Amino acid sequence: MANFNLKINGKTQVVDIDPTTPMLWVLRDHLKLVGTKYGCGIAQCGACTVHLGDNAVRSCQLPVSAVGEQEITTIEGLSENGDHPVQNAWMEIDVPQCGYCQAGQIMSASALLKRNPNPSDEEIESAMNGNICRCGTYTRIKKAIKTAANTEGV
Amino acid sequence: MTKINTHIGRRAFIRNTSLASGGLVLGFSFLNSCKPEQAKETAGMEMPKEWFEMNSYLKIGDNGIVTIYTPNPEFGQNIRTSMPMLVAEELDVDWKNVLVEQAPYHSEKYGFQFTGGSRGISARWQPLRMAGATARHMLKEAAAQTWQVPVEEIIAEAGVLQHAATKKSAGYGEMASVAATLDVPEEVQLKEVKDFKLISSSQKNVDAKRIVTGAPLFGMDLQKEGMLIAMIVHPPAFGMTLKSVDGETAKAMPGIQDVVTIKSFKDGFEKGGFDTNAFPELVAIVGNSTWEVMQAKKKLNVEWQPTSAFSETIAGFRGKETRNVPAGLESTTAHKAQMEILAAKPGKIVRKDGSPEAAFKNAAKIVERSYSAPFLAHNSMEPLNAFAHVEGDKVKIAAPIQIPAFIIPTIASSLGISQENIEMEMPRMGGGFGRKAYAHFVVEAALISQKVNAPIKLVYSREDDLTNGIYRPAYQATYRAALDENNKLTALHVKAGGVPESPLFANRFPAGAIDNYMAEEWTIDSNITIGAFRAPRSNFMAGAEQAFLDEVAEAMDKDPIQFRLDLLKRAKENPVGEANEYDADRYAGVLELVREKSDWKENDTTLHRGVSAYFCHNSYAAHVLDLRMENGKPVVEKVCCAIDCGVVVNPDAATNMAEGAITDGVGNALFGELTFEDGVPQKNNFHQYQMIRMKEAPNEIDVHFVQNEIDPTGMGEPPFPPVFGAMANALYKATGTRYYKQPFITDKPPLVG
Repeated sequence: MANFNLKINGKTQVVDIDPTTPMLWVLRDHLKLVGTKYGCGIAQCGACTVHLGDNAVRSCQLPVSAVGEQEITTIEGLSENGDHPVQNAWMEIDVPQCGYCQAGQIMSASALLKRNPNPSDEEIESAMNGNICRCGTYTRIKKAIKTAANTEGV
Repeated sequence: MTKINTHIGRRAFIRNTSLASGGLVLGFSFLNSCKPEQAKETAGMEMPKEWFEMNSYLKIGDNGIVTIYTPNPEFGQNIRTSMPMLVAEELDVDWKNVLVEQAPYHSEKYGFQFTGGSRGISARWQPLRMAGATARHMLKEAAAQTWQVPVEEIIAEAGVLQHAATKKSAGYGEMASVAATLDVPEEVQLKEVKDFKLISSSQKNVDAKRIVTGAPLFGMDLQKEGMLIAMIVHPPAFGMTLKSVDGETAKAMPGIQDVVTIKSFKDGFEKGGFDTNAFPELVAIVGNSTWEVMQAKKKLNVEWQPTSAFSETIAGFRGKETRNVPAGLESTTAHKAQMEILAAKPGKIVRKDGSPEAAFKNAAKIVERSYSAPFLAHNSMEPLNAFAHVEGDKVKIAAPIQIPAFIIPTIASSLGISQENIEMEMPRMGGGFGRKAYAHFVVEAALISQKVNAPIKLVYSREDDLTNGIYRPAYQATYRAALDENNKLTALHVKAGGVPESPLFANRFPAGAIDNYMAEEWTIDSNITIGAFRAPRSNFMAGAEQAFLDEVAEAMDKDPIQFRLDLLKRAKENPVGEANEYDADRYAGVLELVREKSDWKENDTTLHRGVSAYFCHNSYAAHVLDLRMENGKPVVEKVCCAIDCGVVVNPDAATNMAEGAITDGVGNALFGELTFEDGVPQKNNFHQYQMIRMKEAPNEIDVHFVQNEIDPTGMGEPPFPPVFGAMANALYKATGTRYYKQPFITDKPPLVG
């Protein structure tokens, strides 16, 4: 066990935990931030996507000991009032079906738009291909990303 | 006007004081709905000071806000929006003043609370509208009594009661206290379809904000004071069971509380149709956190042993049935060999019209083709999980499951408690697709909680979820068509079977359209467990049948859509047999609509398009799928879809479902496959089991609904089965090769084109 000071959603959180614990379980079990989802545990589905700095990473493969000083943003911290342009676009296009994968999809999409505010179809597909949606909402996800791409504050 | 007797729903009108007080139905509710800040956001109004319960499905606040209890569990088909719309339509209330809350499991008040068989909306179509209409009638009565005017002169609209002659007006909230004390009317009038204001207008998902902000909605998200995490270990192969476990090393690991074994069924318990469970004896490990339990689980020393063959009697939907479960370690190779043997022998004749033998004997040409499909795993994004807290002879459960009623007797029997002592909440499911209808994991959670005497959340790892069983069966079908010297279709013969169930629907199209017809089936017993998977059986038969009809049309030199329409014309005008399940007019309707909307042209060589149409769950769906080949891989450019499911309650949400069904179909047709070797599933996670991703999804999906006033029929499943046929037929156009074996893309041999 070891103590870690983590910067999560703009706040410092202290956890005393096995250093090998993936951030996914630190968030879900220890910090009660359950918006980040467990889907596969092997970085194949993207349901656990969070931002490490500005990058979308799979939190199931990110040991707490590897985080250091880097800022972590989860779906709960993407915007204060749930009104990030990507979240707004998701609601406008009414993307979700079951909704389980959507936090991960939104985190991947928001990271993409931050580094590339106007992505092409190919760039969207490439950035989003690590996120599985079993319900098959891909056409709406793509549409919502394009909608968000054309709004302020991405 | 449709007048309906309220008697059938009377149990829903039992008053419950816990509702009237504004509290949640159960004290331990964790589902976060109706919190004041959300209510403000949703309704733009303050929360009421007092609630008045009108019936089980709705309560009205003194300020006019309405809370609707949505009865069925949600797994993504958006019934948490569309079911309350049915109530709100007949109540005639402004939708923005409606809050939606998930009802707990309570069959006396809420009837059959289930999600499956595409029956949600059709089963609730009348009762939920009746709940709204009844409350509206009682509000009108309350206004009439208060104002001393005839009730017939009261108009109730958009949450306001009015009396024109006296110019009196009041909001529903003002009359709710009186209305709630009145007798429930004996009968109520429901609106005509033409008078709907909310139904058939697209409304956004009521849970959208909570989903996009990561609020705790799912069973997996549940956190409870003192709650421990449990995981199970099941045998590595079908045909194996638990022999012994040494949990000492695991128990010594950090955070681990206990290692126990559980037995899911009491001896002599008569199983129901959804008690399917390949591994009723399990090892469970319980600890403080998921990661710790996952680590310690690897240190369990478990020995397994082979199972013996057995027969069991199941009290299924269609009465008692016997299941034979063989011993042994099965493999896909052996299944295929057995299937070939049975496919070559006469099967059990389920339907025979005319003289198919004579027609085939006299045929100038016979087209014969065989189709097959593998086992499939559901792979809902949310792995199986359940919360249970057993205290003495009572249990509280919160589980993402499709059919709570079917697991209640099992839980009661296995725990040794009475059914009345089971309290259950139904959190949102992160997908279901049929898998979460088989709730063995809830029984397991309850047994673990009982053994360790603590509240626990059982969490399946992805690997546990994928290798636990309850798969779409493996199927095979051989179709034969007899053509005479004029190239006219004279007979059709289908023989279908599977491991362990037959996929045959003997009375569906093209039965009824052909004078000489025969349908046969066969089955092969297996110890690999199977269950409903989005449009069970249809999801194979549609692909086989629609690919075969495409080939027959080609042999007859006919346009594939016109060929189907000609058969349907015959089935309508002069049907063969009396047991035909489909409505030929509605079937033809979707084909005509998709022909128009896809701009279908006969002998079009500019596009690689495949057509397919199918009837299931009382609805009709037709697709035209366009694809092109890129570096030897198919790219689905566009799918045009026509659906007849009667009145569409929430059109944009229904469109979303159809888009999902089509994408799901494309993925499973191209990649979906689970194989077995020595009883072991050969894939256990997404690095091996290929799921459709954005790159393979159709670039465009164009969904159209037939406009009619027929009561709603199925929607979640019907657009799924025909995708397989449309894909096979488009692949043929693109590559010149017919595809008979699913999945169409495998590593060996590669797809050529």
